[in-house]
Amino acid sequence: MSNNNVTRRGVLKSGTIAGAGLAVPTIFTASAARAYTNEPGAGSVKIGFNVPQTGPYAEEGLDELRAQELAVEHLNGMGDGGMLNTFSEKNLDGTGILGRKVEFVTGDTQTKSDVARASAQQMIEREGVIMVNGGSSSGVAVAVQALCQEAGIIFMAGLTHSNDTTGKDRKANGFRHFFNSYMSGAALAPVLKNAYGDQRRAYHLTADYNWGYTTQEAVQTSTEAMGWETVETVLTPVGAGDFNSYITPVLNSGADVLVLNHYGGDMVNSLTQAIQAGIRDRVVDGTQMEIVVPLYSELMAAGAGQNIQGILGSMNWNWQLEDAGTAAFTKSFGEKYGRPPSNAAHTCYVQTLLYADAVTRAGTFDPCGVAEALEDFEFDGMGNGPTTYRGADHQCFKDVLVVKGKENPSNQYDTLEIVEVTPRAQVEYAPDHPSFGGADATLGECNSGA
Amino acid sequence: MLGLNKKDFGLLCLVTFMAAAAPILLNPFPETSTLSFLNAGYPALMQLFAIFGIVLIGFNILFGLTGYLSFGHAAFIGIGSYTAMWMYKLLNFNVIISIPMAMFVTGIFAVLIGWICLRRTGIYFSILTLAFAEMAYRLSYSVLTPITGGETNLSPDPINDPMILKGENGLTVPHLFGFDLNAKYVAEVGNWSFTFEAGYYLCALVLVLSFYLSIRVFRSPFGMMLRAIKANNHRMGYTGLNPKPYMLAAFVISGLYAGLGGGLLVAMDAQAGAERMFWTESGTIVIMSILGGAGTLLGPILGAGAIKYMEKILSSISESQLHSWLSILPDGLEDFLVYILANFFVGHAWHLTLGLVFMLVVIFVPGGLVELGQRVASRFRRKGSEDALVSKETPAE
Amino acid sequence: MEEIIQQVVNGLDRGSAYALIALGLTLIFGTLGVVNFAHGALFMIGAFVAVLMSDVLGDIREIGSADDFFKLVQVVEDPTQTDFLGRPLAVETSYWVIWFGESFGNWLSDWAVPIAVLVSIPIMIFIGWAMERGLIRHFYHRPHADQILVTFGLAIVLGDLIRAMYGANPIQTPMPDALNGPVDLGVYLGYEASTITYSAWRIVYFFFSMFIIAGVFAFLQFTTFGMVVRAGMADRETVGLLGIDINRYFTMMFGLAAAVAGVAGVMFAPIQAPSYNLGMEYLVPCFVVVVVGGMGSLGGAVLAGFLLGIVQSFASLPTWKNNLVEWLGLDDSNLIANLIIGVDQIAIYLIAIIILLTRPRGLMGRKGVMED
Repeated sequence: MSNNNVTRRGVLKSGTIAGAGLAVPTIFTASAARAYTNEPGAGSVKIGFNVPQTGPYAEEGLDELRAQELAVEHLNGMGDGGMLNTFSEKNLDGTGILGRKVEFVTGDTQTKSDVARASAQQMIEREGVIMVNGGSSSGVAVAVQALCQEAGIIFMAGLTHSNDTTGKDRKANGFRHFFNSYMSGAALAPVLKNAYGDQRRAYHLTADYNWGYTTQEAVQTSTEAMGWETVETVLTPVGAGDFNSYITPVLNSGADVLVLNHYGGDMVNSLTQAIQAGIRDRVVDGTQMEIVVPLYSELMAAGAGQNIQGILGSMNWNWQLEDAGTAAFTKSFGEKYGRPPSNAAHTCYVQTLLYADAVTRAGTFDPCGVAEALEDFEFDGMGNGPTTYRGADHQCFKDVLVVKGKENPSNQYDTLEIVEVTPRAQVEYAPDHPSFGGADATLGECNSGA
Repeated sequence: MLGLNKKDFGLLCLVTFMAAAAPILLNPFPETSTLSFLNAGYPALMQLFAIFGIVLIGFNILFGLTGYLSFGHAAFIGIGSYTAMWMYKLLNFNVIISIPMAMFVTGIFAVLIGWICLRRTGIYFSILTLAFAEMAYRLSYSVLTPITGGETNLSPDPINDPMILKGENGLTVPHLFGFDLNAKYVAEVGNWSFTFEAGYYLCALVLVLSFYLSIRVFRSPFGMMLRAIKANNHRMGYTGLNPKPYMLAAFVISGLYAGLGGGLLVAMDAQAGAERMFWTESGTIVIMSILGGAGTLLGPILGAGAIKYMEKILSSISESQLHSWLSILPDGLEDFLVYILANFFVGHAWHLTLGLVFMLVVIFVPGGLVELGQRVASRFRRKGSEDALVSKETPAE
Repeated sequence: MEEIIQQVVNGLDRGSAYALIALGLTLIFGTLGVVNFAHGALFMIGAFVAVLMSDVLGDIREIGSADDFFKLVQVVEDPTQTDFLGRPLAVETSYWVIWFGESFGNWLSDWAVPIAVLVSIPIMIFIGWAMERGLIRHFYHRPHADQILVTFGLAIVLGDLIRAMYGANPIQTPMPDALNGPVDLGVYLGYEASTITYSAWRIVYFFFSMFIIAGVFAFLQFTTFGMVVRAGMADRETVGLLGIDINRYFTMMFGLAAAVAGVAGVMFAPIQAPSYNLGMEYLVPCFVVVVVGGMGSLGGAVLAGFLLGIVQSFASLPTWKNNLVEWLGLDDSNLIANLIIGVDQIAIYLIAIIILLTRPRGLMGRKGVMED
């Protein structure tokens, strides 16, 4: 009964405030003392893991989720601590973040921007998360990043490789640990030159969407710079399934390298079908025809099976690296889940720890404080060697791996071998690089939702 | 009252009340309870309830009354969204411009597509609508990227967009004459917290108006004519009436509703993407319609709410939550049940539940939730059960 | 010229895949009058029979997902090798190798997909029979919309069951080594060596489709069973009046249609790594094929399959599109140029619209079928 009364009063009060709002449009809440969006209480803090759990990238999303749960365990002092032991910063001691126990909620992005935003919004509005992490495509990353910017919380992107995430669509509240198309192109070009020479003629098949465009542009620019010629660039529908009608014209085009700017199921199918069509058996004017896949992932390697043997591509990280951080993470992940982590999992794990560390260093969960702590932050021991979060565009700079499908795998996870660790200096670029939105691109103001 | 008979007016009052009190009605569990995850009373979800309710009311005028099954309705939502977004980018963020423009442009597309598709009937009509929707999706996802933003979605860019009506310090979020649609008031009542958001109430208002209009359409001679088309297209021709203009009108009206929904989506969340035009989205609209009860007044709203609720709530149930609920069971049984539920029915497997529920509804209660409700009601009061059935429309014939 | 021949071959190949799925869909519609939206799911289940058989026959996917649902392998820990955590490696050996020796065991795993074709036939007939008895028969007298909807629901359920068992990642199902790689078609046409080459497995797929399509037509044309079915398709009531239990025949037809979809799926598995979503991916194009062919017309379905296959194939050929853009004098950023270049995205839908507007009931459809 008393509840009823209070409710009614509440409604009346909201009515008057809404009336007043016509004159002064701002956001009203009952607790006006709030300093920033979703300020956590004293006991615990909640973060949101927004990953694809259904749809074509579901397996990758579930792997990200595994890593995120592991990160939360390590932050709360359970398990063996993983990369906390090798991380160059020693602020995290297994007591949660700033003494608060870390809790998490999960959401399903379905790899659809609309759904991902709705899911992130649910986390922010209903669950009161202070940070959103994860995702497996650039469209989703850009969409969720913009949402987090509006809502005033931090977004730590998962697997997103398009230039735009930290290029023309960069946001002050968004951070990307993963590498990008430009870095793939810059890292691949010298290796391709070594392996295939500088007189090649390339034919690009490109997935007809944003990530495909930026990847093709990056690979095309960097290979042309070293002397390759681009014969033709053809856009292919996303999810086409059967790519044969795009592959057969390659055979007689005079090209001797086929670049497949595809990811996920598209890459598995186009690569398999290219090999069936005899691309790699082909000899053009005395040179053996080759295939290049700019962006690799472990799950795609598994899906493509023996077809990836000997094919070059790039990666953000691989569990076969030999540094201490990688070993620690692979060990705790492997012991918990019985399989090595993927590079998507690694990124999500590292991002969660980096966020926790930044909060600790800033001494607050206020997104603007956290962002400041992350900007131009230098760290090591997270598997990628010395790494910097550049302040100008919130992109991580670190070494890039060039990998090759292994010829004689010894076990089911032994699919890729590392060909070269491209040093960071070679993949760096200016924040106002034309491929990244040029001079117009700006982070905007940090938003804490206050 | 308002040109409605007593029963229809009652329905309208019911819908109005539900829409107005949704933030309270949908939050029955206190925040501290373990069941609080079942609460749906937060703005983002309530907005979707209302918006898809509106789209479905429109779809019902086409499918429910005439029986023409459009498998491409989601395309109109997308067209509405893109139009509204371009209004933001070119003029300003006032939804009083963007929403009517969304309806207007969608209407033009609906006239064109309807004029072509309605030259055929039955499955040929369905496939034509599907073909148009697939083209719209594919073009906007990739080929038309300069206009639609492609995969990364179209979103406003306050720095580089013209926004000629915005003025010096104009808002850069959707607003109604300067009143921010994100404005909320949170009432803390004991352990409950209720959020009242301006944006939701805009959707709710439009929902009630849409519902009122749809009652008027159902009861009008025009609605009668549409039902005649469903009952027997040929016989209608023999009586000297040409069904074409009526059909086209119904198609365009339902397209306008979808465009309105698209405009509202963008008013609630300022971005528009191609995925909302994909054919499975059109399929979901059909599913919602059947689940609620095609051809009934209330069915579409119920169906939209039920599906959106399942999508959000079922998919967010995690394995650890299941463990905590089933902990009273013996260990082995608990693990087994959690395994089955987590792998087949909730969390990332919620589609399976959706498919099953949907099949069961089509098999056993073809009239959807409305028919289910009527059956239950008539069982409880044996007397006068006939009455209850008469008041609502007979479910899909 | 070589390019055109190549794309025609490619169109025929793609068309044969469309035709095969559309054939099963039309068989069900033509006989039972049911619009089966779960047909794509049957195709997908067929592909997963191939996955199942390559697991059972011991294709130990050393490079594979961990989601092997069922496999016949002996696991022995080998201390000389280590896994990714430095523990002794669990080495898997197929029981077929243990029982029948290396050469036969390896032959079995190599030829798993062709063997799966044989295995899939009884499995698919059973699934088709169970579907018809358990679900579809209750829908004969319900509106077409209800049939579409209940089978659509079933398609979602079947897809997600497979996902629960095998995960969402595509699973590579290799063809026999002997058929992996290209065949030089050009030399048979008098061209120089390796001018026109084509994937060997796809050529096998094409002839396999032709064989199945011809088989189905012959079965309907030359057997008594087929005669009854055809009579039933033309006039169900009269056949019933002659004292023939047409429903029994039709149940068998459902099984047959499911088997056709299933074998099509098995043979397709090496071309496109199966994932649970495969059925939904092919459902829309195949419905377009069936409708363009004309509801209920077997010949129409096959014809439309090949037509749309060739259209799709030429729409994805870059040469003519580039020439057209150049001839029109458009630059690359022009929207019209983009539309011409991207025409492959929408080609089959455009053709479908044009055909349906010029021929009201598709290429070979009959009046009054599915028009209300």
